[in-house]
Amino acid sequence: MFKYFPHTQSDIDQMLDKIGVDNVKDLFAEIKPKLICNKEFNLPHSHSEHELRQHINDLGKKNSVLTSFLGAGSYDVYSFSAVSALTSRQEFLTSYTPYQPEISQGTLQYIFEFQSMICELTGMDVTNASMYDGSTATAEAMFMITAQTKRNTVLISSAINPRIIEVVKTYAKYRGINVETIPTNDYSTSIKDLKNMLNEDVAGVIVAQPNFYGVLEDFTEIAELTHNNKSLLVMNTDPSTLPVLKSPREWGADIACGEAQSLGIPLSVGGPYVGFLATTSTLLRKMPGRICGITNDIDGKRGFVLTLQAREQHIRREKANSNICSNQSLMALSVVIYMSLLGKSGMKEVAMRAYNNAHYLHDQLIASGLFKQVSKKPFFKEFVIEFNGKTKGLNEFLLKENILGGLAIEENKTLLCATEVRTKKEIDEFVRLVGEFNVR
Amino acid sequence: MYDKLIFELSQTGRVGYSLPKMEVNSYELPEFAKRESDLILPEVTELDVVRHYTNLSQKNYGVEEGFYPLGSCTMKYNPKINDELSSHPQFKNIHPLQPVETMQGALEIYDNLSNHLAEITGMAKFSFNSIAGAHGELAGLMIMRSYHLSRGDTKRTKVIVPVTAHGTNPASATISGMETVEVASNELGCVDIESLKALLNDEVAGIMLTNPNTLGLFEVDICEISKLVHDAGGLLYYDGANLNALLGLVQPADMGFDIMHINLHKTFSTPHGGGGPGSGPVGVTKELIEFLPNPQIIKNANKYELINSKSSIGAISGFYGNYLVAMRAYAYILSLGKENIKNVARFSVLNANYVKESLKAYYKLPIKTVCMHEVVFDGLINEKASTLEVAKRLLDYGYHPPTIYFPLLFHQAMMVEPTEVESKETLDGFIETMIEIAKEAEENPEIFKTAPHNTPVRRLDEVKAARKPIIKYRDLLNE
Amino acid sequence: MSKVLGNLKYAKSHEWVKVVGEYAYVGISDYAQDSLGSIVYLEVAEVDDELTQGKNMGVVESVKAASDLFAPLSGTVVEVNEDIVENPEKINEDSYESWMIKIKIKDQAELNKLLDAKGYQAELE
Repeated sequence: MFKYFPHTQSDIDQMLDKIGVDNVKDLFAEIKPKLICNKEFNLPHSHSEHELRQHINDLGKKNSVLTSFLGAGSYDVYSFSAVSALTSRQEFLTSYTPYQPEISQGTLQYIFEFQSMICELTGMDVTNASMYDGSTATAEAMFMITAQTKRNTVLISSAINPRIIEVVKTYAKYRGINVETIPTNDYSTSIKDLKNMLNEDVAGVIVAQPNFYGVLEDFTEIAELTHNNKSLLVMNTDPSTLPVLKSPREWGADIACGEAQSLGIPLSVGGPYVGFLATTSTLLRKMPGRICGITNDIDGKRGFVLTLQAREQHIRREKANSNICSNQSLMALSVVIYMSLLGKSGMKEVAMRAYNNAHYLHDQLIASGLFKQVSKKPFFKEFVIEFNGKTKGLNEFLLKENILGGLAIEENKTLLCATEVRTKKEIDEFVRLVGEFNVR
Repeated sequence: MYDKLIFELSQTGRVGYSLPKMEVNSYELPEFAKRESDLILPEVTELDVVRHYTNLSQKNYGVEEGFYPLGSCTMKYNPKINDELSSHPQFKNIHPLQPVETMQGALEIYDNLSNHLAEITGMAKFSFNSIAGAHGELAGLMIMRSYHLSRGDTKRTKVIVPVTAHGTNPASATISGMETVEVASNELGCVDIESLKALLNDEVAGIMLTNPNTLGLFEVDICEISKLVHDAGGLLYYDGANLNALLGLVQPADMGFDIMHINLHKTFSTPHGGGGPGSGPVGVTKELIEFLPNPQIIKNANKYELINSKSSIGAISGFYGNYLVAMRAYAYILSLGKENIKNVARFSVLNANYVKESLKAYYKLPIKTVCMHEVVFDGLINEKASTLEVAKRLLDYGYHPPTIYFPLLFHQAMMVEPTEVESKETLDGFIETMIEIAKEAEENPEIFKTAPHNTPVRRLDEVKAARKPIIKYRDLLNE
Repeated sequence: MSKVLGNLKYAKSHEWVKVVGEYAYVGISDYAQDSLGSIVYLEVAEVDDELTQGKNMGVVESVKAASDLFAPLSGTVVEVNEDIVENPEKINEDSYESWMIKIKIKDQAELNKLLDAKGYQAELE
């Protein structure tokens, strides 16, 4: 007997009797014997909880938890105990997609609240119940703009995270969509190049704010050029910065998308995270994913349902805008709880802490004389800076102190990040260690 | 009944957090990038938040309360030990871009898991970069396409899909740039061989199948199907949604499949989370490993590394997939171990057939042969209530209804999947209730017209929600 | 029993056509609106669009289904019924009063490819 299988021999006998066969094996009788796998698997033995914990602990010892000065799409965030306490409630954790709305009002309501908050941050009219992650959300935005404009070229700024560009290109490749990268100038999208690249086959332009280098770009002219070309503007953004930054809608973007990991989701070796995709009411029906709406029940009570499902795969099948079936529901809940705890003031405070920490780090590094500024462009919580030695060597040195250094950009430049979590002590220690490395 | 939005609890000035003292200087944001529009976010205390979401949770139904027989979803128990292990700080706090030397334990789990899944399914290697089942399908079809293109075969742009397939199959085909061609079913509900032969030509990239199929039947001709498709130059893709019926007893590789995906949130017990996060790893035979999504994890001597394959379909997600979800599946496989893995399918098929035999006197069985891990009924024999009405009435008895109106082939379809974790007593309770409902439909049909009666809300107006969508709080304020 | 009006022409894909001189009004049949259930959304070709007989010209959505609309005749769209686009539920009330688009017929001979009331009735059975 095994703890996950309740069947006693008596149970089995009674059930077989009801079914009218002699053995459980008989239930598989129509499968050709040659297909039945008789070998004993080369798998570990059945582990008790005790052994499992030991095993995972042993493997955990081969990982190092580091003090992170690296961003590049995954950010160190504050953890609030209420988030994990609430998301581990079985009613949220183990339930299925809310296709039976009467017994899924909990899930549906938090999706509605998630949609509300994402629309608040982005300034958009509509959004869905969440996407797999920021990179696939951006790829889906690409599908939206090509479907809407019926044009086949998409321009994407090189100032966007290279992995996001790669995912967009993968999705585009198989559908025969032409993706061109807009060169950068001083760590920002080159407007001069954009002008030359816009033509009547361009469905839209994808930019990021802050961009991959942490830079805050001015999109006024880019938005104007894009719209004058009858193209659409897609803005990939870090939602944790939006409480204090001009929203994608204010910039004139038609679609906002991005990664919401920075809203309280742990680093998690890269997942599960959660993406978002929001747009204007004009593009609502081109938007994939689940949408939750408010309605009334037969007694007049307020309730929530999945709506506009006729766009989705289970109805449209090969004509659907996308093949998406699930969202990242529990992660959306995690984000909603995080944003509710912080609230309006907390969200602004956390955003500004990251901004302040990064700028303090930047200034201290310049003041040390060991780093040089590479750009005068304003940045948010990440920046590129030039070291007077090799980044690789520095990072190896820092690693010995359990510090995760920045992303090497060319041999002597690095993309450094200081989120809201970094303390003055940690930043000062980082700067001190750089000095120590330099002296060696 | 609790009916408040988090925004409606808000009182200006309330906070639900505390942060360490701010010690660095304050810097100014550049004017041009400052936010100007207002922002409606709640201002509530921590207790407000905890009460609010606790109250919301009580309007939900989860696997830990009771039977959740959703066909095709495999709602099995999500073991607590997996929750505990997947929140281990030595994994939870690892940045995906750390040097690989500092996350060897993390990579070892992924590599081990790939090996275990390969061992069970007969495939050579799995990638976890696909974040959901549908995402795995997409990756699998991209691999199929790339494989043909790598051989200079550009004509193969059609994917054959049974008419009974789940909607994600044809949708995934479209997103991968291919065209769907439907193949008919025979009178037994399986792929019709003659129809298939007529569709096979040099434009076919392959076929997407789930086995058992969406009717809960084993595709008995799978060996012949596999030979026909391979002879015609196509590949076979296995949709692993129904793997719970065959786990460890039949290997997809032996059936002739070249590419497959697994839904870890179905077969491997990871929680559904209300609609995610899941994990849909894609597995391939040795010849197709080079096409797997980038980056790939390999073991070199005793070290784990990340490599990029030149012939890969490319990157399909931000990092390495839903790592902490896969970690749960890893723990599950280790919990089962080689001793117990084959019983998953044995007991799930036993359970489904028991339900089938017990209810066939009251609910129509369109397919009378032995079923696999799920059974499809086509409405009440007495036809006194629709499947929708039966489902709503089941809610009153405290059960989550089975999957309704899928597969599309049967107009009053009701798909019940009991999974291997359910005891005979649980099944008997459900069977008794279903029989009770069948009798009620004869004796008291009125009660169906107004069901459900005991749920937090009843009969939501879906038409109103679609005609005038209100999808955010601000819409409510503007009303 | 769904309604089939005698004076109209029908496509197998359930669109009806009312010919008025060189123009045609187009809508969907009673059978179509009944099959869909409560209609929540309509998207249809725009003024000046060129339509080809049998090709996609829009989509009509209900809560549980979405149905493509196919042009019953080739021609240029000269008018769109904005009232029906804004209030698609009217199609459920009376599908024959709810014309969607008015087209200038390109080739009258194409009418021969459509079914008359009797022919459409037979199709439904």
